Amino acid sequence: MRRLLPFILLLAAASSMALAEARFPAPEFTTGYKLPATQKSAPASPVHQWIDMAVFAAALGVGVWLIYYKRHRRSVFFLTLFSLLYFGFYRKGCICAVGSIQNVALGISDPHYVLPWGAALVFFLPLVLTLFYGRVFCAGVCPLGAIQDVVLVKPLQVPNWLEQGLGLFAYIYLGLAVMLAWVGSDFIICRYDPFVGFFRRSGPPDIMVIGVVLLALSMFVGRFYCRFICPLSVLFRLLSPLSWKKVTITPDQCVDCRLCETSCPFGAIRKPTPTSKPLPVSEGRRRLAAILVLVPVLAVAFAWLGRKTAPVFSRADFTVQLADRIYLEEAGKVEGRTDASKAYRDTGAPIEDLYQRARQIEGRVFKGAGFFGAWVGLVVGLRLAVNAVRRRRVGYTTDPAGCVACARCFLSCPVEQYQRGLISEMPVAADGSKPSEPPSKPQEQLVSA
Amino acid sequence: MAEQPEQTSRRSFLTAGTRAAAALAIGGAVGAATTRSRTASTAAAPAGHDKMVWQINPYKCTQCGKCATNCVLNPSAVKCYHVYPICGYCKICTGFFKAQPNALNTGAENQICPTAAIQRTWIEDQYYEYKIIKELCIGCAKCVKGCTTFANGSLFLQIDRKLCVDCNQCSIATVCPPQAISRIPVSREDGYLLKTKTRTM
Repeated sequence: MRRLLPFILLLAAASSMALAEARFPAPEFTTGYKLPATQKSAPASPVHQWIDMAVFAAALGVGVWLIYYKRHRRSVFFLTLFSLLYFGFYRKGCICAVGSIQNVALGISDPHYVLPWGAALVFFLPLVLTLFYGRVFCAGVCPLGAIQDVVLVKPLQVPNWLEQGLGLFAYIYLGLAVMLAWVGSDFIICRYDPFVGFFRRSGPPDIMVIGVVLLALSMFVGRFYCRFICPLSVLFRLLSPLSWKKVTITPDQCVDCRLCETSCPFGAIRKPTPTSKPLPVSEGRRRLAAILVLVPVLAVAFAWLGRKTAPVFSRADFTVQLADRIYLEEAGKVEGRTDASKAYRDTGAPIEDLYQRARQIEGRVFKGAGFFGAWVGLVVGLRLAVNAVRRRRVGYTTDPAGCVACARCFLSCPVEQYQRGLISEMPVAADGSKPSEPPSKPQEQLVSA
Repeated sequence: MAEQPEQTSRRSFLTAGTRAAAALAIGGAVGAATTRSRTASTAAAPAGHDKMVWQINPYKCTQCGKCATNCVLNPSAVKCYHVYPICGYCKICTGFFKAQPNALNTGAENQICPTAAIQRTWIEDQYYEYKIIKELCIGCAKCVKGCTTFANGSLFLQIDRKLCVDCNQCSIATVCPPQAISRIPVSREDGYLLKTKTRTM
């Protein structure tokens, strides 16, 4: 080595900066030695992806059948468990509908990015299914939901104000994730995915800690991530109330027995509206009108705020970070070099190029942050408006937005129990009306089911 | 009595209408995301609507060692590759031997590779062949650094397409100091960016 070094330095000095001749020319072999080809391992077969997609679609289909036609909680639980094992631990959480939001956003904004068909399908299927059958995907297919669902031991009821307040975070997270994916800076949903580290059994320590905390919370606050963080849940919340079929607690008429009241660990059961002292309609209308006027004001104000904070968001981008660092180095405000700044300087490219690229990205983020802010304002305003609208509800129903279709409430209903032959007496509503007789199914068969 | 069914039908009609609009919006978003990229890539290159895969630009790589530690896989999907036409078949290979080795033999204490993933075979005269044993390689770039800094740079890191799980966002790319990792279309060079020339700085 030591003998070699002067020779090397001489060679290095003699050679130019660009692509050059090899320092040690390739030997001319005399024994007929043939140069081997570079070993390239062939990619994994695409058949895997086909299988994954087939399993994905099948799991959704089975979920619909179990929840709506069998109404059988234990089977739904096994489907959840299967999804946790297959999509979670076997496929390592990487057929992810939650993350596919970003792929679609980047696919629309960046023509050079090719959206993988798998990601397109994983985005499309659960959302379209939600328009017909509600959040079946959440109940039985999503591995992130599954891992929280199986650790639920003692669900606590979260007060409504806290539920709504924390729930706003998911909307903000979705806006931020779409914005950063749109400008091509970062895929934060993947980066901060709290449970994928468990599926892979390795991950950055900070994310693992977040994962453990969220999982511990989910033991007592059911599906904490789904309810308050998951960006995809926002889309489900918007689409699920439109769904063609909705999960019903009772298979027939509600008898107002209140037995299902605490059966939902996710706070998605709505009580009937009390009949006593409704506020005058005129007052409600005035309040609603005031809020609706407020919505655009909020949107504009938040858009302004978003633009003000744009520099913070643009720091998510590697190029912007690097430009900042080099700027500080040039100004003499920081000592030394980072790996990245050294690597950039070694390329010999002018620093001004980097600054210009960073400025372009900052410009895009500035625009994006405006939209992001407007989105947050809109969400806050419309949430107020929705809360101001009162609808009369008779009987206990699921809140289609929050209901993840887990089927837990079904058996708490005495009408369901009666129809399954688990109790012998027909429940009677307070006003004396009876739910209809069970359809012609023989009862003996239902007992064994 | 006549009002009741009419009201519900109006409500269900509106819901159905919104549902159809939402379905169109979802379909539209996916459609826009796929078609936009397709037209653009066909215009730019014959690559068409190819799948894109993560690859390292070996000329940009600075051998920082983050590939070994930042991949979601353990051991990393990044492996050392060897392009033989560039190799000088050196007897004193700076990608194989540590600086100032005790002896020029294959003893573990003399090797730069922490997992002994380089196989050294004598060919003829002064010339030795160096072969990477993929199963042992952890992508730490120690040999690449030795070879690129002092010799021809025929050893370089690349992402193994069999192992790579095609993450949405390559977790090495987010920390790569020279930003050497990007997506390339599969049809280009079989989806592998290999070195064709040496480079000296």
